[in-house]
Amino acid sequence: MEFRHKDIIALRDLTKEEIELLISTAENMREINSRDIKKVPTLRGKTIINLFYEASTRTRTSFEIAGKRLSADTVNITTSSSSSTKGETLADTALNLLAMKPDIIVMRHAVSGSHYFLSKKMPNCSIINAGDGTHEHPSQGLLDMLTMKDRFGRLDGLKVAIVGDITHSRVARSNIQGLTKMGSQIFVAGPPTMVPPGVEKLGNVTSCATMKEAIQDADVVMMLRIQQERQGKTLMPNTREYSRYFGLNPVNLKFAKPDAMVMHPGPINRGVEMSSAVVDGDQSHILKQVENGVAVRMAMLYHVCGGELE
Amino acid sequence: MSLLIKGGRVIDPSQGLDEVLDVLVERGVIKELGKGLSAPAGVEVVDASGKCVVPGLIDMHVHLRDPGLEYKEDIITGTRAAAAGGFTSVCCMPNTKPVIDNKAIASYIINKAKSEGFCNVFPVGSITYGMNGERMSEMGELKEAGCVAVSDDGKPVVSSELMRRSLEYARGMGIMVISHAEDLSLVGEGAMNEGFTSTEIGLKGIPRVAEDIATARDVMLAEYTGSPIHIAHVSTKDSVRIIREAKARGVKVTCETAPHYFTLTDDAVRGYNTNAKMNPPLREADDVAAIKAGLKDGTIDCIATDHAPHHLDEKDIEFNEAMNGIIGLETSLPLSLALVEEGVLSLKQLVEKMSCNPSKILSIARGSLKAGSVADITLFDPAVEWTVDAEKLSSKSKNSPFIGWKVKGKAVATIVAGKLVKA
Repeated sequence: MEFRHKDIIALRDLTKEEIELLISTAENMREINSRDIKKVPTLRGKTIINLFYEASTRTRTSFEIAGKRLSADTVNITTSSSSSTKGETLADTALNLLAMKPDIIVMRHAVSGSHYFLSKKMPNCSIINAGDGTHEHPSQGLLDMLTMKDRFGRLDGLKVAIVGDITHSRVARSNIQGLTKMGSQIFVAGPPTMVPPGVEKLGNVTSCATMKEAIQDADVVMMLRIQQERQGKTLMPNTREYSRYFGLNPVNLKFAKPDAMVMHPGPINRGVEMSSAVVDGDQSHILKQVENGVAVRMAMLYHVCGGELE
Repeated sequence: MSLLIKGGRVIDPSQGLDEVLDVLVERGVIKELGKGLSAPAGVEVVDASGKCVVPGLIDMHVHLRDPGLEYKEDIITGTRAAAAGGFTSVCCMPNTKPVIDNKAIASYIINKAKSEGFCNVFPVGSITYGMNGERMSEMGELKEAGCVAVSDDGKPVVSSELMRRSLEYARGMGIMVISHAEDLSLVGEGAMNEGFTSTEIGLKGIPRVAEDIATARDVMLAEYTGSPIHIAHVSTKDSVRIIREAKARGVKVTCETAPHYFTLTDDAVRGYNTNAKMNPPLREADDVAAIKAGLKDGTIDCIATDHAPHHLDEKDIEFNEAMNGIIGLETSLPLSLALVEEGVLSLKQLVEKMSCNPSKILSIARGSLKAGSVADITLFDPAVEWTVDAEKLSSKSKNSPFIGWKVKGKAVATIVAGKLVKA
């Protein structure tokens, strides 16, 4: 099967088969990552620019390592200014980068949809979304699905609870889009200030009134990061109360299936959305997610460059 | 300045007319309506057979961007676009640079329109000085200078006390207050309507209640003070309901909507289309239905465009950064005629909402073809089909979600004071 997209911007834009292809390629890529010499020549001579308009350690490093393991030349640009009011516009940045003939731009940007805008300006360069505003974070969605598949051997029929600030979460959106296509059932919970209108229409989603209801008999409990800066604003009184009603701890984790896996996209606020006992506990797959991130991103880079699965 | 318009279907709600008649114009004034009129020597004859002949259309809500923002539009290009769209008069909003908060700016606009423009321009002054929401502008002098209303359009008057006093003071000066109804705290950083579409594409939403609360407040202030008020660009079903109920109680409230609010839903934003970004934002299907019902039952008095030209650089950027607003002067008539085709409005109602009612609400001596009236006349062909082509638009800016649309109905002649400004 051939991957026909120039870009990977949203799991909403991909079919089930395309998602399966990316996941199975990632499974194969893992073998490279376990070698003594972790490098293959697949993308030799390709240039990848990691253009990050928002701070990121994990995602940017993961993409950089992914590119390097495939022998691509990777360049990192991290800039705090994403506003056209100061500095250069995104369109101008894009045109300047384009003049240097990159093959792939991996971008993180605070404005939802800016990758589609960039893609139109750059018809001959692949765009990979490393997170756009509150829209999608497809590499995170893919690595989450790979991690679930590792644990259960399937995604079809899994009961996945996603708890936290759904409204502002691109991780939640990508997981909902991807998991729905793969046949999982998604249960979301959070204070109503953090659950967006029409969330159930996004896919195979049930919106739950309480955290207990969402994680009841779940195979997967995915906790979202609470943005500390939202504390004391209008979405919640403070992290103390948030953690009391929407934090995962060894007590409420018992509502999930006994072998349920616990996930978190990171970075974690220990003691807020999850207690340390759960973060470091036996059911936690958080570091496995990070490990799978490199393989998934290798698969994404490989396929937008026209690679085929042997 | 003298013309004989022959054989058109004359629709003039101001005198209950809808029949095939000739219209004789002499020296810029309507001289006579009748059958089989003959042209006096030297009078140009316009063949209007198959066309509708109506009182000149009035768009009571446009942004001409002049003075100060001429890179988007100016009085010449804006009035040319108006004439191309069949409008003989436009009311321009005060958010220019500087703001229309004094006589000098109002006079500049009126004079420039008279000497270089293609149609009448009636400025709207600001409610507050500099549109800063802090103290009232000189409404008396603004009216004397030729302003037909006051508004801080683009932003609400946040202080309820100041809005109350402005309504009272404006009533004393005999000038209408136009409310931009928006609760800014509910809007926050919102970039589109809050609903399923905003959830799916991950843009921060603006809830409909942000408009409704402000509409309710301003209607209640008008009721309490006994002052008239006009609510601009109504876009939600509950604002329509609030206004309908207020009218039934006898509150002196009138309102307008814009063609995009009865033509598009927030689905048009998909693909992060910045030409579907405006304020208030495009809403949902039930709002569109309520807007149509409000137009039909008379709750909504006027169709105005909120013509808001923006430069390509302000639209061809990331969605959140893009400016709010779309142009509308050259697409308003066909989009409104679609409501006639759909059976929502009669042609008579359409003419009321696009000419008679704006003239009444703002006390502009237009909106009628009675003998002795200023000869502002629009001729349109309701059947002609055409495609909206950015290259052919007269406006300086091209920010329209309707580019490429096939539409039906077009102004074929725009006559201002007996002078053919567009044919």
